[in-house]
Amino acid sequence: MHFVDLLGWGEDSWANQFIVGAVATIQISVGGYLAGLIIGSLVCWVKLRGGRVPVAIAHGYSTVCRSVPEVLLIIILFYAGQTALDSLLTSLNIDPEEWGISGFAAAIVVLGLVQGAYASEILRGAILAIPRGQVEAAQAFGLHGVTLFRRIILPTLVPYALGGLANLWMVIIKDSALISVVGYNELLFTAKQAAGSTKYYFSFFLFAGAIYYVMTLISNGVIALIEARVRRWMPKMS
Amino acid sequence: MDFSWLQKYGPLLLEGAWRTALLVILAGIIGNILAILVGFGRISRNPLLASATLAFTSVIRGTPLLVQIFLMYYGLGSVFAGWDWIHGTFLWAYLREGFWYMVAALAISTAGYTGEVVRVALLSVPRGEIEAGRAFGLSGFQVIRLIWLPRALAGVLPTLAGETVLLLKSTALASTITVMDLLGAANVVRSQTFRTYEPLLFVAAGYFLLTMLIERGFRVIERRFAKAYRRA
Repeated sequence: MHFVDLLGWGEDSWANQFIVGAVATIQISVGGYLAGLIIGSLVCWVKLRGGRVPVAIAHGYSTVCRSVPEVLLIIILFYAGQTALDSLLTSLNIDPEEWGISGFAAAIVVLGLVQGAYASEILRGAILAIPRGQVEAAQAFGLHGVTLFRRIILPTLVPYALGGLANLWMVIIKDSALISVVGYNELLFTAKQAAGSTKYYFSFFLFAGAIYYVMTLISNGVIALIEARVRRWMPKMS
Repeated sequence: MDFSWLQKYGPLLLEGAWRTALLVILAGIIGNILAILVGFGRISRNPLLASATLAFTSVIRGTPLLVQIFLMYYGLGSVFAGWDWIHGTFLWAYLREGFWYMVAALAISTAGYTGEVVRVALLSVPRGEIEAGRAFGLSGFQVIRLIWLPRALAGVLPTLAGETVLLLKSTALASTITVMDLLGAANVVRSQTFRTYEPLLFVAAGYFLLTMLIERGFRVIERRFAKAYRRA
């Protein structure tokens, strides 16, 4: 059978399943990325400002998360996270099944925790790269608190962090495929089901790979545009 | 927390750890040799070779490793299974095993990621050193073996240590294609003892130790390299 016929068209077709799966992959990637940025910022803040014990905990977190396989972390955290979330929602009198967010939220939290370890190091490096004099000059002009952060620190920090953060986005598109191991219905999980039930293993995994590849290619293009915009004030590198 | 199952399943976990180490060693050796070839291909003046290796690294780095593994094991595996003549040959013993598909997938992935590292490393060696080697009458291959490669790789040893740790972490995916590696052994313990977290936490500690071991090993190699250059 021709692969296009195999994919079919319409509501019950594999084509439709693949669209649903690809959307799920994008959703958990975006969600996990944002969660990773938030967790990374918090951990980074602790590393730079915390007392001795919080700093040790923060460094322990990023060391462990970077030396244990992502798939193992995902299995541990997914089950632990889902159990915790379920009991939290049940205690709030929300039925997790009914809302259908339990798996989705767990996927995002798990990916966020894995990414947060890397994000915290990238952000820490970027903040340390900001010349001290620049912050002092801003303070001398009377800037402080949120304004200092928003007008001076953030715009100087972003260009330094951008390369690493862009790389993290590419990593999470690929790491999101690991969520299929715990049975969450995203792109690779769809491909596994399609391949298993039709026995066209090669075609369907190749197709899934092609979709991931298109996602990373588009991301590359968008990242190049963002980099050009954010770095517009920086000296041109040869 | 209950770790009383350790006594019964200890040998199984140890065997799993050995298989994980074997995956790192085999895929590491094959993958790094391929990576050197890819690195030279990327900087080649032959446009066909340069664009072919560029396409290779782009696709390998642009798709999830798990998809590559499934494509190998289920995709290629079902193609091989369809060829009747292959069942009678000695090859079939290897082609049935998830382990060898995993070695192949990891080696190819390493070639893609580390190939880029090698490319940058090769470009960082000053041209004058290579030209000096040629002026002393070394052949092209001798220049590569004695000057270009050692100089290039010495500079990127910390990066290679990081890539090896990534390789170790990737081996955990072997359990998804029925290979009994460290994580696979933990899954057996889980299904037989109905303990969810303890076996997973135990092998997490195992991976952590292996990571430390790799980093320690590379630090020793780095010191060797540094000493060798000081003497020269």
